[in-house]
Amino acid sequence: MSTETITATCPECDATVSFDRAPLNGEIARCTDCSAELEVVSTDPLTLELAPEVEEDWGE
Amino acid sequence: MNPVRVSIVGGSGYTGGELMRLLLSHPNAQIAQVTSRQLRGLPVFRSHPNLRGHLDVSFCTPDEVEPCDVLFLCMPHGKASGEIDRWRDVAPLIIDLSADFRLRDPDRYQHWYGEAHPNPDALATAQYGLAEVNRANLSGASLISGVGCNATAMTLALKPLADAGLIRRAICDVKVGSSEAGAEPSAGSHHPVRARTARTYSASGHRHLAEVEQNLAQPDGSALDVDATITAIDMVRGVLCTAHIDTTEPLETKNLWKLFRGAYNDEPFVRIVADRQGPHKFPDPRILVGSNHADVGFAVDERSGRVITFCAIDNLVKGAAGSAVQSMNIALGLPETSGLTFPGLHPA
Repeated sequence: MSTETITATCPECDATVSFDRAPLNGEIARCTDCSAELEVVSTDPLTLELAPEVEEDWGE
Repeated sequence: MNPVRVSIVGGSGYTGGELMRLLLSHPNAQIAQVTSRQLRGLPVFRSHPNLRGHLDVSFCTPDEVEPCDVLFLCMPHGKASGEIDRWRDVAPLIIDLSADFRLRDPDRYQHWYGEAHPNPDALATAQYGLAEVNRANLSGASLISGVGCNATAMTLALKPLADAGLIRRAICDVKVGSSEAGAEPSAGSHHPVRARTARTYSASGHRHLAEVEQNLAQPDGSALDVDATITAIDMVRGVLCTAHIDTTEPLETKNLWKLFRGAYNDEPFVRIVADRQGPHKFPDPRILVGSNHADVGFAVDERSGRVITFCAIDNLVKGAAGSAVQSMNIALGLPETSGLTFPGLHPA
């Protein structure tokens, strides 16, 4: 069984984001360096984008 | 090893109290004497009630100070420079927390303080006590200058870009707590004036800019183009510097991560705070109360290219007593973080 780590680049800070199994489309990951929440938007090639955020002052 | 015997001249104020609080938990330091002419004979907890039961020392007068290993001077502006030769006979290491020895250049001192420096010979021997900009020169130093609190926040917010020559112009919006003004009351500290305020008291040209210019000379030797607006807000401890920077070339967030990691990843007290989620996305001085940490952060305005950087500190710790203890540790070859590991409070 392969134990190869799957990696991608954080679009926020350029750090390497690691997965211990193949990620799924739409899965949310977190960059351990800058703590950004990242959405898997493609698995081939593996591509991450910043997950949507809720602004603190929305609704005011 | 034998404990490092430490005394404090002018210990009734806030920075003197913070020095005692930090040194009490320092594994190598022993507080020997603390002076206050006005409070002579009274226990130090009269002016620092948090130390009751922790420190059995009473104030003495400056004339009673005996030889020790390290002497901290916490006197009003202008006093230390006039007395420094006397104190050098008392201890091999002097750390002065006033502004008297912060500026290396006597001409720069005259320009910013409006008078000639009273002791330029001593000034030439002083080392600036902010480890993040002058660590290499603190080891073995005999006279160390304390730091300006606002200058510390501005310096650490700007340093990663300044060192890379990326700042065309920077404007620092600095918000400060009331303890910056010290323990002596003034018109500005009167409760009806100070409470619930957002009162700008220096629109431009604050004296601490002299330190920032000294700390962050451009790679070509020219002065950094920087100004600051200082605003008193409803906070007791803390400084928050928000720097608005016109850069020499376009930068993206990932460029800023690289610059800040390069500048601070090896610094024991500087943390990068630039989160995308939660209420603490950027540095907040409130969670640094009592801590020697400096939290720095950044953002980019994608519409204009303007870069915004931040630094939050506790003005009495990283902006005064904490940096002084950190400098003492480096000067004496002690572990740099000794006595300084308190992480702050939350909620504070």
